Amino acid sequence: MNFWDTLVFITVGAPFVGFLINGLFGRKLGKFAGWLATLMLLISAITGGYLAYSTLFGGLTLDRDIYLWIAAGDLKIPVGYILDPLTGVMLFVVTFVSLWIHMYSIGYMAEDEGYWRYFSYLNMFVFFMLLLVLGNNFALTFVGWEGVGLASYLLIGFWYYRDAPRQAGMKAFVVNRIGDAGFLLGMFLIFALFGTLKYSEVSQAVINNVENLNFFIGLAGLLFFIAATGKSAQIPLYVWLPDAMEGPTPVSALIHAATMVTAGVYLVSRISFIYSLSDAPVLFGVPSSMLVSYIGALTAFFAATMALVNNDIKRILAFSTISQLGYMFAAAGMFSYSAGIFHLYTHAFFKALLFLAAGSVMHAMHDVLDIQRMGGLRKKLPFTALFMGIGGLALAGIPPFAGFFSKDEILIAVEKQPFLFWLLVITAFLTAFYMFRMFFMVFFGKPRDTHLYEHAHESPAVMLIPMGILALGSILAGFVGLGGEKSLWSALLHDTFTLPEHFHLSHSSLPMISGIIAGFSGVILAYIMYVLAPNIPVVMAKVFKPVYIILYRRYWVDEIYEFIFVKTLYAINKWILYLLIDRIIIDGTVNALAWISYAFGAVFRKLQTGSVRTYALWLVFGFLILIGILTL
Amino acid sequence: MLSLVIFFPLLASLPVMFFDPKWNKRIWVYGTLIGALEFVFSLALLYYFDFSRVSEFQLVEKYIFLGLKDAPYFVGIDGLALILILLTTFLTFLGIVSSYNYIKHQIREYVVSMLALETAMVGVFSSLNLIQFFIFWEAQLIPMFILIALWGHENKVYAAFKFLIYTALGSVPMLAALIWIYLNFGTFDYTYIILQSPSLALDVQKWLFLAFSLGFAIKVPMFPFHTWLPDAHVEAPTAGSVILAGILLKMGIFGFLRYSLPMFPDAFESFRVLIAVLSIIGIIYGGLMAWVQSDMKKLVAYSSVAHMGFAMLGIASGNPIGLQGAVIVMISHGLVTGALFLLVGMLYERRHTRLIREYSGIGKSVPWFSTFFVIMALASIGLPGLSGFVGEFLCLLGAYQYEPLWGYLAVPGVIIAAVYLLSLVKRVIFGELDKESAQMKDISAREAFILLAILVFVIWIGIYPKTFLDFTDGVSETISTVLYMK
Repeated sequence: MNFWDTLVFITVGAPFVGFLINGLFGRKLGKFAGWLATLMLLISAITGGYLAYSTLFGGLTLDRDIYLWIAAGDLKIPVGYILDPLTGVMLFVVTFVSLWIHMYSIGYMAEDEGYWRYFSYLNMFVFFMLLLVLGNNFALTFVGWEGVGLASYLLIGFWYYRDAPRQAGMKAFVVNRIGDAGFLLGMFLIFALFGTLKYSEVSQAVINNVENLNFFIGLAGLLFFIAATGKSAQIPLYVWLPDAMEGPTPVSALIHAATMVTAGVYLVSRISFIYSLSDAPVLFGVPSSMLVSYIGALTAFFAATMALVNNDIKRILAFSTISQLGYMFAAAGMFSYSAGIFHLYTHAFFKALLFLAAGSVMHAMHDVLDIQRMGGLRKKLPFTALFMGIGGLALAGIPPFAGFFSKDEILIAVEKQPFLFWLLVITAFLTAFYMFRMFFMVFFGKPRDTHLYEHAHESPAVMLIPMGILALGSILAGFVGLGGEKSLWSALLHDTFTLPEHFHLSHSSLPMISGIIAGFSGVILAYIMYVLAPNIPVVMAKVFKPVYIILYRRYWVDEIYEFIFVKTLYAINKWILYLLIDRIIIDGTVNALAWISYAFGAVFRKLQTGSVRTYALWLVFGFLILIGILTL
Repeated sequence: MLSLVIFFPLLASLPVMFFDPKWNKRIWVYGTLIGALEFVFSLALLYYFDFSRVSEFQLVEKYIFLGLKDAPYFVGIDGLALILILLTTFLTFLGIVSSYNYIKHQIREYVVSMLALETAMVGVFSSLNLIQFFIFWEAQLIPMFILIALWGHENKVYAAFKFLIYTALGSVPMLAALIWIYLNFGTFDYTYIILQSPSLALDVQKWLFLAFSLGFAIKVPMFPFHTWLPDAHVEAPTAGSVILAGILLKMGIFGFLRYSLPMFPDAFESFRVLIAVLSIIGIIYGGLMAWVQSDMKKLVAYSSVAHMGFAMLGIASGNPIGLQGAVIVMISHGLVTGALFLLVGMLYERRHTRLIREYSGIGKSVPWFSTFFVIMALASIGLPGLSGFVGEFLCLLGAYQYEPLWGYLAVPGVIIAAVYLLSLVKRVIFGELDKESAQMKDISAREAFILLAILVFVIWIGIYPKTFLDFTDGVSETISTVLYMK
């Protein structure tokens, strides 16, 4: 093992060790379990941070195989890692955000009886997430991909003895599996085309063969994007993410906002060569890259509309996450992978911060999630209010907070497509509005539930410090993007992605101006409606009742899915396939055959009386019949 | 050496019949000891086996008895037979250990049946004489029949007869085919016939292929010959289910790999699409059936239909990737489904019901049991890092390589697997703890030993499958070469 192998090994291994120790002996460790898990993350963050630094600033790129994992016929899948700027960014985001969320969890989960179990799962998640971003081939990424899904399943259903979490966990896993099927097929197709699953080799093969295999490469892009719609909660597979909020809030911050759900964006960027080079239409007459953009932008818009009327503090943030992920895809589909990854990076800070702040509010409000029962909390929770405000401004895209820079990059990326551009500008306005609707309802105005208000208290330092760090990140993280194409960010990710020929970005100031206007007007409108004149929303809900109901019921998508894919399918299965076909037709045939032969046996057994005279009688009888047939 | 491994369990079990039936403990100790020794003997095969030529038959023994020159006693193993023998001795040993509390009466007969069954199974995998193979093949029906009929549940007699008649019926054409082969080649020697039969005319091959494969297909079981399986599983005692799912089903797949494919490659080519279609139906249909079951054992039984569908799809692909996948699915399914049956059996010992709705939230009262249960369910779903994934992945990839459409049609099976197994976990392990289950005891040291022993291999296959793939890479290579030369 050389130096880099060792560093990678420590980065990935530390959380795994934490997972094992806590999983096996955590029950006996008491409060130490949380600190142990955090310590493991600290180790991982130091080595991971160094690796990230080396790839981003030291020009380190590596692609190393450690051992041969699966070999059969001409298939060879190594376990190996890849280090390049893309992995570097992901390493930094994953280890850094995870570290602070682990620390926050020590305070947040302190009273929970499953304390050790929680940290064991959380360490396991980080292990698989690192595998996902470090793997140097599709199959290994898939291992991480499924592994984070497992961690997510276990953590959503963490309070497994309650009904809602267990349902939500299963829903998340199954919906993700639909996407995973796409991932599998994508891998099969890639292997059938090129005989390898290693990114470096596939990339070269795609470049060499894109002219004669244009359609099939595009098809692979479509299949991997199906996988991304599962993991990153895009249309049509986004339905699991709002329900995933049944898990503990730090889990929502880490897995369902900052890291795991961005895996789809990572995947699309990792295989940029597929989307950039294949322009054959694969579905609805458009190439796979265009599909990525359109699905992303539509998801961004629809998720934002659903966030407008929701009253659950975590679900608002969940819809917001879906929406922001949509932004990332919109950019990646227009070949601005670096803009997508930039937004991934800033979003990790501010969305994790928002969730942690929401967790702090819940902590103070005895797990109440309904923002209609909150109000005026800024006096009781000054730090939480400040942090959520910072996170909110970053999400709304208000300069100079982090989200402003990355959202601007995305708007620049889609400017050539007016429909996408304006859709995303409108969404930016909606984003600022729903975010500050929530903010003002929680922290401003008068307390709506005085009893809850009286008992509210600010969170302990172990929770506030992580929020403070992430708040700093939400303020500062964007500045690396200052200067557009000449920025530090562009320099860091230069040459990381494969771009189509003649790719260039516009230099107009329209994206920035429209983005700023959208953000500010959203915040101001929210201020007017929820602080200055709080009866406007009530009136509006009445006037636009049908729209309100459609949004509030989330277009009935969950109900429709449930009806078609769960209830109907189950009924068909049970009554037609199982009872009719399996039991009656197939098994019935088997039993009928057995019964017929038994019946025959019974009849012929009677014939065998053992009496010679009866046999003689039958002989004569048969002879007569024979003669009869012959004479006729 | 090989003959020792074949006949040791049967011979060693005979003294048990002279034990006093009241010596429960001694009978169990003795039976366990024999099972363990047999496992050790089979491990010794690893030492004598030369892994540089896995596709050749090794440790060959050939004796002529009663002057039957055309049908000598003839055994030998290649890598495929070896790995299946190891699986057999491993699961039989664990099966005996798992039965102490489950089997309450006629313990002597039970131990003898298990060990006799072991001899028959090892015999099936190591025979190189076709008629001798057939004898072992039929011989395992008797102890299995007894296991179901004597220690089974409510409907045991119906299930035992269904199992017996269904599978025996399947082997009648095989016997006819064997006679035909003897009349034409003048020998039952597998190593000779394998060289001659591929040059038979296509029509002849087709008939022989069908005659052989019907019995194998029933054993696997392939759709639509699967309905004996849920009945047999539900009625069988736990260890019976473990052996049934773990080994007996594999004999069907083994039959395809050893006989149907390499002996009649042209016929296989003509039936390949049919096999693939039935396999894909098995994958989807088996999964959908598992989803609607209310009895845990039936659920696991139907999941076997789906898993065997993956293995058969790998075989239908005929390329090394798919064939290797089929082997790994066999091993993985033997371990994982074996473990799931053991786990369900443990619940049954405690609460005397297998109905899913009788349980809720047992994660709270039996956390270690639940941990094993969830891990095995995940392995069965095909989560990477555990054994199920490797086999399924290779089978699907092999199928896709041969015909992409098969891949697209079969892949929903991985989604359905998550649906039926996670809904089982959701209902039984998760949720609010029910009153009856609150008093349940968590797994004992003995039970933990069994489950851990299996878990080690489930993880081993998951993260370093090469150890297991190496047993058969040459075998798969050889079979696919025979198929593609044609």
